[in-house]
Amino acid sequence: MAKSIDYDVLSSSKNKELETNEKWGLAEESEYFANKVKLYRQDKLNADEFRRFRLQNGAYGSRLNSEFSMIRIKVPGGDITPTQLEKIASLSESFSIGSAHVSTRQNIQLHWVQLEDVSEVFRGLAEVGLTSREACGNTIRNVMCSHFAGVCPNEPFDATPYAKAIARFFLRNPICQNLPRKFKFNFSCCPEHGYVRIADVGLVPTIRDGVKGFRVYLGGGLGAASFIGHLLEEFTPESRLLSTSIATIRLYDRLGNRENLARNRMRYLVSEIGWEKFQGLLLKERILVEATISIPTRKSYDGFLNTGDLNNTSISSTSTKSKIKLPVINSNSADTPYTRWLNTNVVAQKQSGYYSVYITLGAGDITSSQLRILAECIREFSLEKKARNTPQQNFLIRYIKADQLPKVFQKLSGNGLGNPGANTIVSTVGCSGTTSCNLAITNSHRLAKEIQSKFLELNIDLDKDYVDSTIKISGCPNSCGQHEVATIGFYGGATRIGTSMVPIYTMLFAGSTGENGELGKAIMRVPAKKVMDVVLKIFEHFKKERKGDEKLNEWIYKISNGNGAGEIKNVDDMKKLLLPIIELPAFSAAPDFYKDYGTDSNFVAKTARGECAA
Amino acid sequence: MCCLNKPINRKKNDIKVVNKRVKAKPPSTPSLNLVCDIDTLRTLIKKNKVRVVDVRKRDEYLKGHIKTAVSLPLAELLSNDDPESIIKILNNLGISDDTLVVIYDDTFGALASRVAWSFKFIGHRNVALLEVTYDNWKKLGLEIERKSNKYSKVSHSVDIDYSIFADAEYIENAQNDKNKIIIDSRERLNFLTEHIPNSKNIPYTMLRSENSILRNPSELKRFMENRGIDLNNEIITYCGSVGTLSGLAFFALKTAGISNVKLYPKSFKEWKSLGKPKTEFKDATYWDLSAE
Ligand code: HEM
Ligand code: SF4
Repeated sequence: MAKSIDYDVLSSSKNKELETNEKWGLAEESEYFANKVKLYRQDKLNADEFRRFRLQNGAYGSRLNSEFSMIRIKVPGGDITPTQLEKIASLSESFSIGSAHVSTRQNIQLHWVQLEDVSEVFRGLAEVGLTSREACGNTIRNVMCSHFAGVCPNEPFDATPYAKAIARFFLRNPICQNLPRKFKFNFSCCPEHGYVRIADVGLVPTIRDGVKGFRVYLGGGLGAASFIGHLLEEFTPESRLLSTSIATIRLYDRLGNRENLARNRMRYLVSEIGWEKFQGLLLKERILVEATISIPTRKSYDGFLNTGDLNNTSISSTSTKSKIKLPVINSNSADTPYTRWLNTNVVAQKQSGYYSVYITLGAGDITSSQLRILAECIREFSLEKKARNTPQQNFLIRYIKADQLPKVFQKLSGNGLGNPGANTIVSTVGCSGTTSCNLAITNSHRLAKEIQSKFLELNIDLDKDYVDSTIKISGCPNSCGQHEVATIGFYGGATRIGTSMVPIYTMLFAGSTGENGELGKAIMRVPAKKVMDVVLKIFEHFKKERKGDEKLNEWIYKISNGNGAGEIKNVDDMKKLLLPIIELPAFSAAPDFYKDYGTDSNFVAKTARGECAA
Repeated sequence: MCCLNKPINRKKNDIKVVNKRVKAKPPSTPSLNLVCDIDTLRTLIKKNKVRVVDVRKRDEYLKGHIKTAVSLPLAELLSNDDPESIIKILNNLGISDDTLVVIYDDTFGALASRVAWSFKFIGHRNVALLEVTYDNWKKLGLEIERKSNKYSKVSHSVDIDYSIFADAEYIENAQNDKNKIIIDSRERLNFLTEHIPNSKNIPYTMLRSENSILRNPSELKRFMENRGIDLNNEIITYCGSVGTLSGLAFFALKTAGISNVKLYPKSFKEWKSLGKPKTEFKDATYWDLSAE
């Protein structure tokens, strides 16, 4: 290999430009990538080596067409500035398809970029401090942090600086450039918000005896086989966050499975050797790490921590003791577009007088011109002059004063960004599916959008019963759409009916996120073109049978545990109810039912080698 | 409809005319770069040394245009796209062999490029694109006026430059020639959907910068280098219908320093109507990614 980019533990130079986030990107990595592409094209670099390099730098091969790439831009903690959004807008226009895609792990993805242009995108990203480095491959992936961190009324402190310090510390760090497999950190703000049980390391901020710290969950993760993370210890003080993280990574690096592609995430290691044993090894490893950690290493981490706005004093943070629900503004006036939006997309912050506003996207898609509007909105209305993207594939603009809300709505809705329903089941999630992913069997992306528009048409957002429920869809069992943590989840597959292949989804019930998150249970298989009917049928029965003001997610949870109080008591009753609906007419009578969304061709399950583990 | 078939048929008999190009003219007038910057144009206008051509629709021209500009809506040129008609147009606009011509539009330079290409094609040398669109010019508060300008008729010579022209037959021969690169300048999703076999995609959206219809030459050059395109390669550009987007690509590639660039003005529309083979990519539902 030619020159490699050195990891410099000692450089914690503060590079604070006005209105800019921390700098993650390096301009020289762009040139380096361009050169590698040339070598690869000249057959001087073999395909496997090149693929590994490409993934390390954040570019996946596009679906069944290796001339093109998907670039995954990391947004640590989801925290992004207007300048960065505008840059992504113009990069997408120039080199991608004129729109960007918000992922379920706070990344922003550009699709169908020609391989030869990838370096140009990197160059542009570095200009605004962004990077896609280690967004794919066997590395520390984007570090997530709840989009409410810093404004959540139930949080003990803002976890964002910790999430960013961890991200910064491990980016380009030699200790995690070649792990057995990818590795994910998720920080939450409070027990309710966040995806802490489905990450390799999930962290819930907490305070004990006046000391900041975390409840650390290890070994969770979604995929063809999913696991819920285990609690390491009752309390991990923030002073041990770094050593705990390093110890976990070292242990995994040493013991993780490097042979079996399908079992090399840390969760398999945990389940193979057993949690108690893993826990014991880890606590020992941590002692070792703490005894040997060098002062420069420690200092560089502390430096990263302090560059984050740890004690952001310009914004007062009033910490509340008692657990309160995030209040939404309730207006009982007629359902004008504005009040509809207000009811489901505006959330009060712990800072009194300030509100956070959701931008509901369709399966995470946003055009370049919309990104520019979003940037303007942030500059004009947000006190912190930044926004966060969310695992629900939306954006959240925070620190907006109440009297500005009508203006914000006007600006957003004039540009297709004012859809309501963000905190309801209307805000469906869909992975990229057959629109770009090599492993996809179905067009999960389009299905998510279809369901969302149908729900908007039916005014589902107006109905409080659907608040906090979710629909999440993956195009295959790999779970990038996080279907296992949805109220109603779906993952794509293929089956034969008669002599025809049909796109089909496995439906799951009662998954959830947060510290008490649970995985959904598979219920039954539903042909793609019947998913909508099935969902509506479930709604119909929910309305008939739920007790009191029970919400959909609560009702579904009861059914999936066999505790239904009405005609439908359990999953079997539910299946019986739905079986007649999923029956397909004969192919000759209705060929459309046998096709997937977004195509006129007959369905075939075509996949190529996945690059998830490369 | 344009009728570029005519020059093709005359091609063989016209060799004399073509050869005339070899005899370089004495540099009596200063020459223009392919892209004319704002300051240069303003100076030329002040000195009365340039013919500015506005290729937007007539009614937009009438609402206001760059000082001294004449109107030549793209549609007018396209409906008279044979050499004799183009010469007539030049004559009527008062453009003689030595006149410096700067063309602008309000469509990121694509319409201006197509007109400029036609002027070059029939042998007008000193033609450039204005670096900004009319909208930008106006936003910068630069000189505009409403009066319609007319200049006395002149007589331009004909010196057709086939070296910048390609037709379907030419493309077919180029498809399997390693030294010739066919460039599709439509947007990515259109390209993925269908394109001329063996063509490569350089979407027109890659070519512009925030403030200019074309990026600076060093950037454009780097894009070509990234793609392994050598400055000595021959490149043929095409787009969806009448050669506007690919006209812009034509000028971009020239700017990048590639000397041998050709335009297929009838582009993919004609290619399809002739029933020629296309490459289609149906294995992904990429259109569903668009947020519109
Ligand atoms: C066997 C291969 C793969 C597996 C097992 C896999 C699994 C996963 C899982 C479990 C998640 C995240 C859920 C979470 O932890 O929150 C995820 C995220 C994601 N994956 Fe994959 N994936 C694979 C390959 C791919 C490929 C080939 C693509 C497309 C090029 C892709 C696109 C995504 C996207 C868009 C996300 C969203 C989250 C992010 O920002 O990281 N995945 N993947
Ligand atoms: S869940 Fe499957 S189809 Fe969806 S992005 Fe992941 S690998 Fe691709």
